[in-house]
Amino acid sequence: MPTFFEKLCYMVRRCIFYVLSIGPMPNHIAFIMDGNRRYANKRSLERGTGHRAGFSALISILRYCYEMGVKYVTIYAFSIDNFRRKPEEVQSTMDLMKEKIDELLKEQSFVNEYEVRLNFWGNHNLLNDPLRLSVEKAMRSTCHNTGPVLSVCVAYTSTDEIAHAIEMSCHEKRDLMKELHACGCKNDFFEEFDMQSVISVADFERHLYTSGCPDPDIVIRTSGETRLSNFLLLQSSFSHLQNPTPLWPDFSFSHLVWAILKYQRGHPYLQERSRRSKKME
Amino acid sequence: MSWFMRLALRICWWTIHLVFSIYQFGAHLLQVFESYSISVGLSESYRNVPLHNLRHLAVVVDSDEARSTIKVKQLLLWLSNIGVKSLILYDLEGVLKKSLDGDSSSFINGMTSVPHQNKMTVELLSFADNKGGLAKAASFLCSKYLKEELASCDRQDFRITETEISDALNIVGCGGPDPGLLLVYGPVRCHLGFPAWRIRYTEIVHMGPLKSMKYGAILKAFFEFSKKQQNYGT
Repeated sequence: MPTFFEKLCYMVRRCIFYVLSIGPMPNHIAFIMDGNRRYANKRSLERGTGHRAGFSALISILRYCYEMGVKYVTIYAFSIDNFRRKPEEVQSTMDLMKEKIDELLKEQSFVNEYEVRLNFWGNHNLLNDPLRLSVEKAMRSTCHNTGPVLSVCVAYTSTDEIAHAIEMSCHEKRDLMKELHACGCKNDFFEEFDMQSVISVADFERHLYTSGCPDPDIVIRTSGETRLSNFLLLQSSFSHLQNPTPLWPDFSFSHLVWAILKYQRGHPYLQERSRRSKKME
Repeated sequence: MSWFMRLALRICWWTIHLVFSIYQFGAHLLQVFESYSISVGLSESYRNVPLHNLRHLAVVVDSDEARSTIKVKQLLLWLSNIGVKSLILYDLEGVLKKSLDGDSSSFINGMTSVPHQNKMTVELLSFADNKGGLAKAASFLCSKYLKEELASCDRQDFRITETEISDALNIVGCGGPDPGLLLVYGPVRCHLGFPAWRIRYTEIVHMGPLKSMKYGAILKAFFEFSKKQQNYGT
């Protein structure tokens, strides 16, 4: 049962949302949750504690996003590059992710409260078996949810996603070639198609993990870092890139409001540039 | 919601954005003052900016601003004076390709040079080099693997690695080095479709509109970059 203080905070947030929604509101926000380890170091805590604090911050931010009508949220939970960390750190992060995914699927959880649909984007073959099974179960049990969408990038890099998409496109063309040969079509596959453009942009975009999801309006990387670290490189062409200074566990409602204000200032420009790019495609 | 409520909310929204604008203006004034003090040499730290970490620099320019070739050439001269050896210049609509292409003393394979004693190669890119380049590389690999499959009896699914895609991009003329630093000249911090394959670990810095570019701001960006230490995910 929410306390009086929690209800008051909720009312304040609703008021702020009503004001903000006079301007354009983002439909999709992506977060690079940087700074959990530095948060733990600053407070002389174990690294695992930093990640747990990061998870608490994530649930709060997701709640604020969904209250404000942000339909899609994407988070960069674990990069393929992170597998090069110390094995014990990788293992504890995998264990924490499994623990939190299982928590999210429970009856009274945040996911059920908002009917969140969960996506897990990345190369699942790189995950250990318990985590992979949890991930698959989470996607199966929420696939019919009609509420906001939370996409978790785990064992993910953008270049791996593109390589996977190109591979799937090539397999698709190979299967088409076999069909043509099987049905005894007179034209050779290599005559039928111009091999210099046999795969179009639309072909490989269809096989990206993010297919069916709109591109992010804002990409936020906390801790003030300025690089994307191989995250949504294709999808962020017209995203407002922001790098607020707070570490991820310190990222709060006020920082989110600030991010949306900055987005509202830049929105007309980005919308126009995106429109021009579609004309060029 | 009544019209009065909507009006009240609209007034609140304008007020918040007014306060935001005042804050942004104040921050901008501080940046202008800082850039001026750096460019006249008041700040000792910025007098000799180390460039050993910066092998390739990229600059994104808004296409509307890129039409001002005087400003663009001024920027190229500043970068060349600072000591940049390799520059990748990008704008969404390919305005720079049309205006700068062939407008220099040497031109080799889409590269041009700034006529200055500190030779700087300039690579010109546009939106067509991003997804379009990946589609060309994908078609090259697809063609290669399908021909191999026809020629052999091996029916296993072929795998495509990131290394093969990098090689294919080079073969189809859409490859190139990854810039360590990318400067964005425009009203918003956004890479506007810069070739995705090349900005995996690139530091992206917003410099503001090209029309108000500052030499001191460039020195500051290079100085901050020289202090960066990436752990590449480890």
